[in-house]
Amino acid sequence: MRITPAGVEAREWGWRHSTRKDFALRDVKLTIRPGEHVLLLGASGAGKSTFMAALAGVLGGSEEGDQEGTLTVDGVEPSVVRGKVGLVLQDPDSQIILERVGDDAAFGCENLGVPREETWTRVRESLDLVGLQDIDFERSTRHLSGGQRQRLALAGVLAMRPGLLLLDEPTANLDPEGVREVHDAVRHVLETTGQTMVVVEHHIDVWLDLIDRVIVIGHPDPDSRVGGIVADGTPDEVFGRFGDMLAAGGAWVPGRAIPDRGPGRHGDVVIAEPGESGASAPSGTSVQPALVTEDLSFGRGTALGSHIDLQFFAGEVTALMGPNGAGKSTLALTLAGLLPPIAGHVRVRADIAEGARGDEPSQWRSRELLGRIGMVFQEPEHQFAAPLVRDEVAIGPKSRGASQEEAYAIADRMLKRMNLSRFAEANPYTLSGGEKRRLSVASMLAGAPRILVMDEPTFGQDFTTWTEMVDLIAAVRDQGSAVIVVTHDEPLVKALDARRIMFGFAGDDRGNGGAAR
Amino acid sequence: MTAAVAERTVTAVGTVKHPVERMEHVVEQSVKHNEARVDTVLVTPPTERREPARPASPSWFIAKVNPVARIIGALLLCIPMFFSLDVVSASVALGIEFALLWIGGINPIRVCRSTWPVWIAATGGFISVLLYGRTSGEILWSAGWIVVSEGSVYLACATFLRVGAIAVPGVILALGMDPTDLADGLVQILHLSPRFVYGGLAGMRMFTLLQEDWRALGLSRRSRGLGDGNAIGRALSQAFGLLVLSIRRATKLATAMEARGFGGSAPRSQARTSRLHPVDWVFFAISIAIPFIALTVAVMTGYWRFSFQGA
Repeated sequence: MRITPAGVEAREWGWRHSTRKDFALRDVKLTIRPGEHVLLLGASGAGKSTFMAALAGVLGGSEEGDQEGTLTVDGVEPSVVRGKVGLVLQDPDSQIILERVGDDAAFGCENLGVPREETWTRVRESLDLVGLQDIDFERSTRHLSGGQRQRLALAGVLAMRPGLLLLDEPTANLDPEGVREVHDAVRHVLETTGQTMVVVEHHIDVWLDLIDRVIVIGHPDPDSRVGGIVADGTPDEVFGRFGDMLAAGGAWVPGRAIPDRGPGRHGDVVIAEPGESGASAPSGTSVQPALVTEDLSFGRGTALGSHIDLQFFAGEVTALMGPNGAGKSTLALTLAGLLPPIAGHVRVRADIAEGARGDEPSQWRSRELLGRIGMVFQEPEHQFAAPLVRDEVAIGPKSRGASQEEAYAIADRMLKRMNLSRFAEANPYTLSGGEKRRLSVASMLAGAPRILVMDEPTFGQDFTTWTEMVDLIAAVRDQGSAVIVVTHDEPLVKALDARRIMFGFAGDDRGNGGAAR
Repeated sequence: MTAAVAERTVTAVGTVKHPVERMEHVVEQSVKHNEARVDTVLVTPPTERREPARPASPSWFIAKVNPVARIIGALLLCIPMFFSLDVVSASVALGIEFALLWIGGINPIRVCRSTWPVWIAATGGFISVLLYGRTSGEILWSAGWIVVSEGSVYLACATFLRVGAIAVPGVILALGMDPTDLADGLVQILHLSPRFVYGGLAGMRMFTLLQEDWRALGLSRRSRGLGDGNAIGRALSQAFGLLVLSIRRATKLATAMEARGFGGSAPRSQARTSRLHPVDWVFFAISIAIPFIALTVAVMTGYWRFSFQGA
């Protein structure tokens, strides 16, 4: 199945969102020849997604913002001719439109008015092309893994036969297995169809073997917030000449060392509150685990895993790793006292549990969790409970009985350390992704938990935010807290020299043996 | 790197890591845990967690009926039954419905089990009419405002049966109905706007995600020490969070749909056909026949009692 590749032409193109003063992108001049495979790079907020949305024709009309210059795909404005451009987005959850696999893949064709028989031929071809040939049309999209769902989204786009394929961080939310599946599917698609492709991704090495050109978007004038193209060339040229700049902008430049934040090797961040309990934990108790599970069965309703005995130590980072959907987050919630065990026990060391009702956190009142076990959720927005950033951080200390001044003093110190002071009076929802994540960690740390559970703290982060997060976790650990991290981020585990707990599927060698391969 | 993991992966069948019973073991463990740094947790594979695919209806007959016809049929069945409040028409209708459903593949016990909320509502109606219904005939029992008379017993029975006769077919017909098939029918048979119907359909899928969001919002508040006390204030704060999240999700979904050409001006084609077949007309005939027979029997036996006549 060959698809005629499309070319892109931008002439002094610019776009300003109607709510903003500055142009998001301006003066963009470029030509992408048919069949080229381009990696689009740039720091968070540099305007990559704006450019992708413009190419896909989904930026919106004049009420959404002002356009200047021209941006054309095969000589026409993308918003005028639907179906010439296919866009795959980051979040697998919000790209699946219909309940059944076949129907979902056919959705784009229906909208383009493709006749029925032709539609189903295309759907079959596209699903085969992305490696979903074994999946029935009738299969529920809810039962697909993340990698399968992203490939389904790709198939739905391919069925429209677009000459230009746009991938906007298609693997940011996937586990390593899913990343590999999507990469291989895209490679097979490009080899078969010969389409033009533009991909946005922080993790450059994922796509390095498929791209022949790198375009970097940034701020050509450092004093201005207006975005534009700052580098353009072959991967070797761009990474050779602009490697440092890209790394500073948050890209994962190939061959660059990750920081080492193993135990005893401190980063720059210091968290410990003077006089806070964690730092002064008597050394004798650290030999005993801070948290143990005894014959634990965990799950929501039905047990995902049973008879589990684990130990977690103060001053140590433990990583819960394994494929998506294995139940890592569910175990994390159970350890954090937010889900009751189905059977067995989660117990906390006596000196930490002192003053609470018993040593099982799921039995505690909400207030009793505070200062003992904290959980940082994967979506920072799930955590926000106050209208202002400063209040958000002060919630913990206030609930622990600190006076108004004390609480705000702690909050201000915490915000300063997290480099969030200038947002103190802002609404948490208005922060950028990385800032939201720092805030969600800050507000949890302000409650001074002795055990900190984090769910995917580095998901979809650029290199800068990632490094900050590693430093933070190391600091929390060195302050004497037990840290439990749900992650499939291998560099994170290495940087922290964390102990691993691997999840595997019983009687299946995909998770267990799969990791062993 | 993966090879290193392989060496260190402890393959524990079923379970068991470090037993915690013996103290010296724990100490030894914590000293040695730098060497053996990998534990394994084995969980049930997702394939075994899945429930089997659900048919379009528990009844082989109803499963063949177009979803739009199912809705129209339910209306045909229910609306005439509103007009009479008597024991005969309601029990005749219920009797025929149970018999036909049995032929259609759902036995009466299963019907009652799938429609339990109906029977709770019916019982509620029964009790209130029994105790407070219009008094007539011999008074059987009374206490204050409560008067149980022969008339109110009769009306209570009629109410109970009528709620069942109206709601049971509605519930059974809706069971297992596929939203996508319904959307296809609404667009192709009733010619509703595809933009509206498929937009709504895609939005409905978001509810599952929003349920997850709601749960996560609640758990995060518990973890932050905000989970005690005033439940209403907590729900309000959570509702605001949910509103923000739902707008964000809706925006993303709209972009994804737009990127697939949805909402354009070009005419849309249909990948699936939704049409009325002979079986749907048979179904309509049955849906008309049941209330017709029931009401006719009531009139012939003299039990017909118009519901909306003055009290």
